[in-house]
Amino acid sequence: MAPFQLNIPVETVPAPTHCASAAARPPKQSLEPPEKPSPFPFSAIVGQDEMKLAFLICAIDPSVGGVLVFGDRGTGKSTAVRALAALLPKMRVVQGCPYNCDPCGVTSLCDACRARPLTSTPKTASRAVPVVDLPLGATEDRVVGALDLQRALSLGEKAFEPGLLAKANRGFLYIDEVNLLEDHLVDLLLDAAASGENVIEREGLSVRHPARFVLIGSGNPEEGELRPQLLDRFGLAVDVKTPADIPTRVEVIRRRDAFERDPAAFAKSWLSEEQKQRRRIVAARESLSSVSTTDATLERAAQLCVALGTDGLRGELTLIRAARALASLEGDASVADGHLRRVAPLALGHRLRRNPLDDTGSRHRVQRTIEEIFGG
Amino acid sequence: MSESTNPRSPWERANYAAALFAVDPSSCGVRLRAGPGPARDAWLEALRNCLPEPAPLRRVPLGIGDDRLLGGLDLSETLRLGRPIFDAGLMAQADGCVLMFAMADRLSSSAAARIVSVMDNGEISVERDGLARRMPARVGVVALDEGLGDDEHPPPALLDRLALYVDLDGVSYASIGSQLFTRDEIADARTLLPSIVTDDKAIEALVVIAAQLGVASLRAPLKALIVARAACALRGGARVDENDIAAAVSYVLAPRAIRIPAGAEAQEEFEEEQPQTQVPPPPDQERDSSLDQDRHDVSSMKLEDLVLEATKASIPKNLFAFMEASPTFRAKAERVGKAGAIAPSSRRGRPVGARPGSLRDGRLGLIDTMRAAAPWQKIRRSMEARADARPILLRPEDFRIVRFREHRETTAIFVVDASGSSAMARLPEVKGAIELLLADCYVRRDSVALVAFRGTTAEIVLPPTRSLTRAKRMLAGLPGSGGTPLACGLDAALTLAESVRRRGSSPLLVLMTDGRANICRNGASGRTQAMQDALRSGTQLRAAGISSLAIDTSPALQTQANPPVLLLAQAMNARYLKLPHVDAVHVSNAVRAAAQSR
Repeated sequence: MAPFQLNIPVETVPAPTHCASAAARPPKQSLEPPEKPSPFPFSAIVGQDEMKLAFLICAIDPSVGGVLVFGDRGTGKSTAVRALAALLPKMRVVQGCPYNCDPCGVTSLCDACRARPLTSTPKTASRAVPVVDLPLGATEDRVVGALDLQRALSLGEKAFEPGLLAKANRGFLYIDEVNLLEDHLVDLLLDAAASGENVIEREGLSVRHPARFVLIGSGNPEEGELRPQLLDRFGLAVDVKTPADIPTRVEVIRRRDAFERDPAAFAKSWLSEEQKQRRRIVAARESLSSVSTTDATLERAAQLCVALGTDGLRGELTLIRAARALASLEGDASVADGHLRRVAPLALGHRLRRNPLDDTGSRHRVQRTIEEIFGG
Repeated sequence: MSESTNPRSPWERANYAAALFAVDPSSCGVRLRAGPGPARDAWLEALRNCLPEPAPLRRVPLGIGDDRLLGGLDLSETLRLGRPIFDAGLMAQADGCVLMFAMADRLSSSAAARIVSVMDNGEISVERDGLARRMPARVGVVALDEGLGDDEHPPPALLDRLALYVDLDGVSYASIGSQLFTRDEIADARTLLPSIVTDDKAIEALVVIAAQLGVASLRAPLKALIVARAACALRGGARVDENDIAAAVSYVLAPRAIRIPAGAEAQEEFEEEQPQTQVPPPPDQERDSSLDQDRHDVSSMKLEDLVLEATKASIPKNLFAFMEASPTFRAKAERVGKAGAIAPSSRRGRPVGARPGSLRDGRLGLIDTMRAAAPWQKIRRSMEARADARPILLRPEDFRIVRFREHRETTAIFVVDASGSSAMARLPEVKGAIELLLADCYVRRDSVALVAFRGTTAEIVLPPTRSLTRAKRMLAGLPGSGGTPLACGLDAALTLAESVRRRGSSPLLVLMTDGRANICRNGASGRTQAMQDALRSGTQLRAAGISSLAIDTSPALQTQANPPVLLLAQAMNARYLKLPHVDAVHVSNAVRAAAQSR
């Protein structure tokens, strides 16, 4: 972040400050968002390997179904999400499509793209993968989309203005302080996440569009618990802790400080690491479909889930998908026990039925069961 | 430039903090712990004198709605001009300004979350009323913390981001003196700030000291570094030195300390120092026991040691005394953050926004309804209602109902007899019941608290909380032994119940005892008097109108005509429940039933 500048003219002209003038002068309204400063580089994040791994897995295989990052304050949860956005390789979209439809896609297209004759090739564009923030205090109409205000008011036209769910299609939807999210917004998200589409029916405004997004939530458990339905939506869950050893802590502060003093220079010094990481993601995505999963591995995964008593098949499916993504990230041809072991705490830790009288954390229960099944 | 980099009197300390903040407002942030009064007014005046003219200082009232804080559709302008007009909220208007949050100790965690997201990003992102905006919002935050006890403080998420801690407790009216720095000096420091050099030694020193003080959050050393830089700029330096680090330690790290650093001899050395009246805040970080292990690492790091030693010598001499004098500090050093607990949130049935709905479901939110209808006016008029003379055409879909806190939440206060050997059997089940209740409280937004009495006193083991994580941690070390000071337990419960009620939640007291009181209110032993005292305390609870449930845990064999707990229940006007074999599921069900039937 740039050094703080008070909006006070230094020289003689006694121009008013923003504050003094805010009431009188309409605040500046840029329709285009201001230039985003370069975010903290993903590769420069010290430690927090599980969190980084969970993000990479979702970047490689979005069907893993999102990441919940829960834990101590000041562990760089939001930083990591914003860093991920900058790290992801660009994607091809149909030019002008508000839903970022895939030019080569057949399923989950918006109405306009589906209506296009198969013979015609659409104009395509390259776009950064959207990582959309759902800010606290957002209203329902902005989440699902609503009447286009500008056109309705000035032209009297009934047009749909896509909301955040549309923007997040094929990308990520990030909710910081997810446990403080209003219940009715949680319901909307659950509905969209389950069906992969967003449906709006209102006064002759009838819109249905794809809304496939990877949900990323972060929060501090001390602010309150998360609804189990929402918890279950997240494919992976990570528990982040403040690093305890001094050298790591020093390194965190040093990098953070260097970044805040000169974001651009800092980003530059990490550029090659970032590119390396990006290439890994691209390579892993390409090899994902060729990673094989043996019956024995599937058997192991099932055993693990049964032993832990996780409800439903979702956990098992996520476990296998995550292990496969990890295998392809590491350039392995098939999923092995080692991959399962590493992703099991992420994929299953939040799915255990809670026993309030058992003080051992779910993390330990997963670890114990892994050792029982795979051997120490 | 003034040379007072190590100010001594409470006023000078506070004044110096104002200057530090004014050098770099958007990265620092101040927690100003003081009631309203001349001292606080003087400090705010001093801050105004530090900031450029006209002072960009605005006050944000408690309970400000999202539409004002974040912004939204400007209804009247939109209707007048026939195009969407965005009304920027206070946070966006305050880009480059300083916002004062009134009664920050009563801020809800959701309000705090909105504020900290702006502080973290330096910009505000608004997705409201059909409008999406992102605007720069580099704001300096002053939290006016009027909390009284340890339990009343701003939400921890906000505290984590406020670098400076200023307590005006020791500032008398007479001691209020002049400014340490002029506005121009501070402006110079602000210009100097970007060029200040910080070497790795400074960073290492701050991290090591933070660890030694038991400060877990990594934001603390980061904020300390920013403050050290501001201190360096204030004295016109070019490179952060030990004095700057000492200033950062005393304003940023020491107030968050939860233990005295390894070199405890320093503490004795400073004990003759005049007693300090300032009280450090309850730290919002929990004690991280893993930090203990780092002491060995620390001793092996020669360089840090040197810096640390140098820093120790220059830490304001009163630091250790200052920490010692603090009741919070002492209490905290051994036991996990007893305070840090309550995240105060608005539960007074304050409206919390609006959502679509039919009028059957709630009260009409007029403005929100108009806002929803506004964009449609032109369309509706042109399509179907050209001749309609009504100025605004409303449809049922426009209706917005005001959301209040859905339920008036209940705080179940467990008052548990932790005396003698029977406690051994009872306590684990009580813990279980609390955790069971919390495990599903996300639906009903209820909280749980625990008062335990044993020996000669009662203490609040678990302040009202909704967090299972926190409850688990605090219940972990609850011991049981000693006599049965029933009256003390009930008195402590009454105090807590009243404070819960002041926060707008309704208390439900759950007493669990075998009723065999043997310690009187004054701490003396004696069964008859102890029971008399307990009955009197029970009557007070009844008078205060606290609803309660008395669970009799005496063994089933003892069939007395008038079991003491029954007598007590009558005095308290409590529901009586005999549960000789206390188990977690029964207790939590009973409490749930009692909470619902009220």
